[in-house]
Amino acid sequence: MRQRLITVANALAVFLALLVVWQLILWVFHVPRYMLPSPWAVARAVGERFPSLLTSTAITAEESLGGLLASIVVGVIAALIFAQSRWVRKMLYPYTILLQTVPIVAIAPLILMWVGAGIGAVALIAFIISLAPIIANTTQGLISVDENLVHLFLMHNASSAQKLFKLRLPHAVPSLFVGIRIASGISVIGAITGELYAGSSQVGVGGLGYSILYASSQLQTDYLFALVLAATVLGFSFFFVVMFWEWYFLHRWHESVRTPETE
Amino acid sequence: MMVASNVPQIQFDGVSKSYGAGRAVLEAIDLKILKGEFVSLIGPSGCGKSTVLKLIAGLTPPSAGTIQVDGMTPEHARETMSFIFQDATLLPWRTVTDNVGLGLELEHIVSKRRAEKVASLLELVGLGQVADAYPRELSGGMKMRASIARALATNPRLLLMDEPFAALDEMTRDRLNEELLRLRAEQHWTAVFVTHSVAEAVFLSTRVVVLAPNPGRIHAVVPVDLPFPRTAKLRECPEFEGLVAGASHVLRQVLAP
Repeated sequence: MRQRLITVANALAVFLALLVVWQLILWVFHVPRYMLPSPWAVARAVGERFPSLLTSTAITAEESLGGLLASIVVGVIAALIFAQSRWVRKMLYPYTILLQTVPIVAIAPLILMWVGAGIGAVALIAFIISLAPIIANTTQGLISVDENLVHLFLMHNASSAQKLFKLRLPHAVPSLFVGIRIASGISVIGAITGELYAGSSQVGVGGLGYSILYASSQLQTDYLFALVLAATVLGFSFFFVVMFWEWYFLHRWHESVRTPETE
Repeated sequence: MMVASNVPQIQFDGVSKSYGAGRAVLEAIDLKILKGEFVSLIGPSGCGKSTVLKLIAGLTPPSAGTIQVDGMTPEHARETMSFIFQDATLLPWRTVTDNVGLGLELEHIVSKRRAEKVASLLELVGLGQVADAYPRELSGGMKMRASIARALATNPRLLLMDEPFAALDEMTRDRLNEELLRLRAEQHWTAVFVTHSVAEAVFLSTRVVVLAPNPGRIHAVVPVDLPFPRTAKLRECPEFEGLVAGASHVLRQVLAP
């Protein structure tokens, strides 16, 4: 407990030091307000415009969560197909690489053009960017089962369904979570990227990406900082929610989530 | 004491095995194992000991010759056998109880009968206290006990063991050897046991088959005429030591022809 308090105190100290340096830069170099607002101005922007900040965050959260959940469902189904045979994997593998390397910034306008701007289109962009890590990691988990375990199931004349549900799928759960952890972070980035292009049906009201664009065009740098802060908090909370579920499902049996011993 | 009958449980007739176009792993194996026997396979690495077990289990087909188990093909005889692997191969996401019950579960034995069977087996192998533990919480010896209990749960008539105690320390290995013989006296299964240890092979077996490598073939068969029940004390008696020395001598012929 005392260890943990010290860790928190250390993190807080670093944060305060950063604020001091930030403020010093403003004073020493006379940076204009629209270039870099003071920490205090950012805090005030958060306070004064909290409702619209919350609305923007909620929109982005909805889009990225939708994209992420869809990528988990589709990704697991795709991984099950990939795990069927080496031949299928060889045939489809180049396309997952493609999925991973295609610059989302470049195809976002295309998708918006095809689907029509809106929450659905942005969620689709978040979905596309999250899909590759889910497929890759889950497939790996499904096919890397120890040969002797497969033999054990064969010895009991296990059916294909038994092999899938009692062996391959449970074995793939830790890898699936590795995929979800990666996807959770980039789904938020995907959604914000999509919003930069999607615009909004209502001037000034939209997700974080839209609001960032709007605030910068209006030179509301203090609010822009508040929005960046909100995006970071959103990404963090996704990450922690995934971590919690990972711990919940795996802590009893899997080595990777064993509670680390205190130094 | 159990006497081996004259009924063959396993019969190899001119069995050869090669993987792909490569060199033969096993060549022209003739082997008859009778009901109630405990046969150990011993020999240097690459002599195909483990392949013999896989052939009996029908996990891989022979390239030539025929194999009969209980008068059937290996695939058909599978439900009469259990396989114990070199590492315990427990499912890490299942408790000890659920691991031991796996075979019964896959064979659709109703959960009540399964629970009774598993509970009695856990007592038998001394794991009653850790029934709800997960494999990662167990020592190597305890994992292997769970693996043995899982193999025995389906009431096998034939037990195939592939160096099951190789990774354990000597004391644990000796104790598990004694327990294995105690279980055999109660349950009357036939056993085929692969090992690197001559002393272990002699202690457990009614016959020790020495294999030679490149290609794998039967070099010699050493009968072990020590009476059952065998206990820890047997390891100190001169007859046992004589047999181990004799078998080691045969094994050395294989290693340095």
